[in-house]
Amino acid sequence: MIRTPLRPLARILKAREKGEDTDAIEAENLRLRHEAVRDRSRLRAEGRLLVLGGMFVLAFGTIGMRMGALAGTAPEEPQSAATGSPIIGQRADITDRNGRILATNLETHSLYAHPRDMVDPARAARELAVIFPELEEEDLVKDFTGSRKFVWVRRQLSPEQMQAVHDIGSPGLLFGPREMRLYPNGAIAAHILGGASYGREGVASAEVIGVAGVERKFDEYLRDPSQENKPLELSIDLTIQAATEEVLSGGMSIMNAKGAASVLMDLHTGEIIAMASLPDFDPNNRPQVLLTGDQSDSPLFNRAVQGVYELGSTFKIFAVAQAMELGLINQDTMIDTQGPLKWGRFKIRDFHDYGAQLSATDVIVKSSNVGTARIAMQIGGERQQSFLRSLGFMEATPVELQEAPSGAPLLPRQWSEISTMTISYGHGLSSSPLHLATGYASLLNGGTRVTPTLLKRDTAQYGPRVVSESISTRARDMLRAVVVRGTASFGEVAGYEVGGKTGTADKPEENGGGYYDDKVIATFASVFPANDPKYVLIVTLDEPSENSGDKPRRTAGWTAVPVAAEMIRRVAPLLGLRPQVDTSEPIGVTLTSN
Amino acid sequence: MRSFLFVLAGLAVMGLAFWSYQENYKTRDALSEVRNLHAQIGRNHERLGMLRAEWAYLNRPDRLSDLAELNFDRLGLLPIMPDAFGRVDQIIYPLPDVLPIIVPIEVDSAPVNLDEDAL
Repeated sequence: MIRTPLRPLARILKAREKGEDTDAIEAENLRLRHEAVRDRSRLRAEGRLLVLGGMFVLAFGTIGMRMGALAGTAPEEPQSAATGSPIIGQRADITDRNGRILATNLETHSLYAHPRDMVDPARAARELAVIFPELEEEDLVKDFTGSRKFVWVRRQLSPEQMQAVHDIGSPGLLFGPREMRLYPNGAIAAHILGGASYGREGVASAEVIGVAGVERKFDEYLRDPSQENKPLELSIDLTIQAATEEVLSGGMSIMNAKGAASVLMDLHTGEIIAMASLPDFDPNNRPQVLLTGDQSDSPLFNRAVQGVYELGSTFKIFAVAQAMELGLINQDTMIDTQGPLKWGRFKIRDFHDYGAQLSATDVIVKSSNVGTARIAMQIGGERQQSFLRSLGFMEATPVELQEAPSGAPLLPRQWSEISTMTISYGHGLSSSPLHLATGYASLLNGGTRVTPTLLKRDTAQYGPRVVSESISTRARDMLRAVVVRGTASFGEVAGYEVGGKTGTADKPEENGGGYYDDKVIATFASVFPANDPKYVLIVTLDEPSENSGDKPRRTAGWTAVPVAAEMIRRVAPLLGLRPQVDTSEPIGVTLTSN
Repeated sequence: MRSFLFVLAGLAVMGLAFWSYQENYKTRDALSEVRNLHAQIGRNHERLGMLRAEWAYLNRPDRLSDLAELNFDRLGLLPIMPDAFGRVDQIIYPLPDVLPIIVPIEVDSAPVNLDEDAL
């Protein structure tokens, strides 16, 4: 670039000749030069701004495009980051304590229709009605020819049915994958498992949700993918549950009962090894809930947990044990059993007249209402309530079933003196067989409270102390005496030292008028082996009658006890209990010592 | 010297491009293999679940007891009862092994010479 001088000689000389100011020329040139510099620098600044703006547009444009792309595409897991096994999005299995499957999943297909795509809707409807007899042809025709674009036909298909639908060849009939909950053992443990059904349904999948029992209670756990398909282990033993149900159903039909329930509980851990309620149902095909009438007549009703009954004389051991714990009596104290015991307009009678006096042990052995009521009077209502509360009889059982809260015990509105007396022999307080099992387990395991559970547990529970260890031993001896020489003589099972208490309670009339004469709840609460208690077994029969004699016999000693004895005979070897055999004295050997 | 460096840099760029191209394809192969394996694991898992369900169904207590009844003549299976337990003293002690021969007695079938050993 040629720089223009500020004072060009030619112009200066010319200006001097004319006598003009030369400084003006310099100023003029300086101005021009400044203007040129300014123009150049403005141009450069403008160019820089343009580039900067372009850069900004590019950067924000890139970010915007990327955001748009991310928002517009379906989410996708980063493939290279996938470590370990892929998430298994299935509902977890339920197994018994030995890992045998109680509930699992099966892949099936659902069938749906797009009527718009159908070539011959009438023919498709006709053929479908042949494959699925429960579908009505007219309904299908109406659905397929109407304005609907989408119709569910079936939720589950067997492979044979699927093939048959394929063979129809209609382009409007489509299949979707579908998971199905399967209970391979059928009705065994039906009330514990409950059942499952579909929640939100889509064409590609449907969520399986629990509707009752542990399926409902542990729904979140079972559906949680982070559990990685770890099965839910129950405390139930499948073999023992099956044997229990078999014996119970046989006993129910022999004793002409309309319902039955049993609970087998490990009295140290509180685990429920088997729990049955009859009549039962198949959870694969769960029946409808009754809309009218008595819910307790439905097979869905779990008598062992939801059924609250007055359990009769089985409660007597609680009164006697508490009186011994309080030091009011011991096992040999003579109790006045002269009947009838009058209180106001009530009279308390015994089944037979047992004379003027019985020892406390014999009150249990012979099952004297009068004797127990007198013991309860010594204890008093307050202390009786707190003792029964400590055994869990005042609230619903905390067992892990959805239905458990509905099995809350029925307590007297006012715990009057007569309530204290009647409750001591099991009338006036209704509780479930599971309550009774928990109470017996707490009393007989050495005297510490247990909480019933359906989950597998390895260690014994040591809850708060209910009675002292020696009282627990004495109560157990009394129960053993009931079987050896009392009302439960049919309960003897060679080798297993069964101890227990019978209870026969008249059923209250539905309209609250009083009690039926010919309808009873017969209960046998037992513990075995009595010299080292391990298990508690409760058997309850609803309206049994044993008709082999001249008159029908309804007492628990004739009905519930033989069933329980047979159950122990079947179940104890399965529990791994070896029969205790009296080792006879060696023949011809005399022990001597110097 | 300078042009040599340029050529070297150009070659290095080409080498790296070739290497990254190969790595890219190897990674894609590995990813697709992982995908296949996952799909296979999923299928096997499904199949395993099906087999376990079938096993449980075939071993359901009702069926087993029916089968035991059907085959009673051949197998004679009964529900386990208390008398199935034996006692230790019902089992005989294991018979002691025959003791090793420490002082062997020579049994010789050779004819005895009566003349030498005359009493």
